[in-house]
Amino acid sequence: MSAILSVSDLTVAYGGVTALDGVSLSVEEGEIVTVLGANGAGKTTLLLGIMGAVPAMRGRIQFRDADLSRARPHTRLAKGLVLVPEGRQVLVSLTVEENLLLGAHLRRDRQAVRSEIAAIYERFPNLGQRRHTAAATLSGGEQQMVAIGRAMVARPQVLMLDEPSLGLSPLFVSKVFDLIQEMNRSGLTIVLVEQNTGKALSVAHSATVLELGKVAVAGPCDALRNDHRLLEAYLGGSAESSGDPQPMRVGSQ
Amino acid sequence: MSGYQTGVLIILCFNIMAAYAVYLPLVAGQLNLGIAGFMAIGAYTAAYLTNEMGWSLVSAIPAGGLAAGGLALLVAVPILRTHGIYLALATFALGQVISAVFLNLEVVGAAAGYPVSTYASPLAVFSVTAAIVLFVVGLSQTRFTLYLTAIKNDRLVADLLGLKVWGLQVAAFTLGAAIAGIGGGLYAHHFSFIEAQHFSVQLSIYTVLYVLLGGTQTVWGPLVGALFFSLVPELLRAGEAWRYVIFAALIVAFMAVRPQGLVTSTALRGIGRLFGRKPAAPGAQP
Repeated sequence: MSAILSVSDLTVAYGGVTALDGVSLSVEEGEIVTVLGANGAGKTTLLLGIMGAVPAMRGRIQFRDADLSRARPHTRLAKGLVLVPEGRQVLVSLTVEENLLLGAHLRRDRQAVRSEIAAIYERFPNLGQRRHTAAATLSGGEQQMVAIGRAMVARPQVLMLDEPSLGLSPLFVSKVFDLIQEMNRSGLTIVLVEQNTGKALSVAHSATVLELGKVAVAGPCDALRNDHRLLEAYLGGSAESSGDPQPMRVGSQ
Repeated sequence: MSGYQTGVLIILCFNIMAAYAVYLPLVAGQLNLGIAGFMAIGAYTAAYLTNEMGWSLVSAIPAGGLAAGGLALLVAVPILRTHGIYLALATFALGQVISAVFLNLEVVGAAAGYPVSTYASPLAVFSVTAAIVLFVVGLSQTRFTLYLTAIKNDRLVADLLGLKVWGLQVAAFTLGAAIAGIGGGLYAHHFSFIEAQHFSVQLSIYTVLYVLLGGTQTVWGPLVGALFFSLVPELLRAGEAWRYVIFAALIVAFMAVRPQGLVTSTALRGIGRLFGRKPAAPGAQP
């Protein structure tokens, strides 16, 4: 088994303040890796650094055989690294359809893009009905679906999700996690940043905990899930409190 | 058509060209407060070429547009590093610098102004304006405008979507400046006289004002804004000196009631439905 994405010694600073300090992360093909940590631990910066959307001071981003450390975001996207950013991810003044089309703007196979978008509408009929309305009018959960759909039409090989359940109703939180597992089962490698520790540990295969810009702990989820002291120390609560622990699925190819 | 009506229409045309020059970068969220400076570049370049070099209008006016676009491309590197209010201030200062340079440039008459011998007819002004409107409307149907709108919505997301944010912004800024340059060149040849003072801060700010009044969500907003700004003061002539007060009050009222501008995409879709048209986007609703 070889790493599809490996980040080593990534260091990012914003105006002299170090947000990420020598972080390394290895993602195996076909697995879900979750990145956990308190607010300000550097989770979002890690994802932005992997995409090249923030300048790295040091570090190396290796994707399959390619060294992408100095590549621009559009190059990384073309290689298959796709990030669904945190918060209001959709472009609110554009329509649902325009948002989805933007996700595929690097692709030349327009017909295939059309049919993939049609499949998204089939899966989420609400989006289909409102394809020509401004994305601003959708609910938070529907916007998240548009954001994930937009990432999917970019044909990701590694999909990164930054707190996809943030601010969603319990119904949509379940929908998002179901979708993550479904995409993973079809072979997609996923990096998941989450505040919902319990949920994240229940779907992921391995986890990395960040603290103040550094890796505090990293390892397979089943080990971490049972380490109550660790979870309390770094994440301020036990895994059981916020999620429904289920038996670990041995799914990594 | 009376001379007065033609005169009003000519002013309207110059306002429309200026409006689209401001509109294009604004689609990507960049406020160019120095549009008068780019008009001046186009006006003086084209006038110099016809006066001193014997060029024809057909080549001099596009050359004026190229000169304005070329300058925009040059200054884009330092200027587009700034964002928001700082970008507005930088373009504002640039407009002032350009105007000041022409005010002191002896070869084009300096403060005395610069008479232009070749004449551009009203028909020429109308045709070029129509061509520019068609060009920008055509452009609004392309992915280029979609990308610019994405950048305005959220720069970071646009970057993450793999859009070449920097290149797109430079392109929008440059295209806008080139349109301003073409407008300036026509202005010089229609009125047969230019002076640096005409290309003032006031011209830049008025243009931005009516673009915002018309609305920047759709390509029709600047057109409606320019129409409003050009025609309403004429309609208010009966009010004599008070017309400016009434006009200013109208603007304040519009901005308070409709900060998004007179024409919005929602409003356009509403009008579309009224006439039983399907949405323009491909793959119309079932």
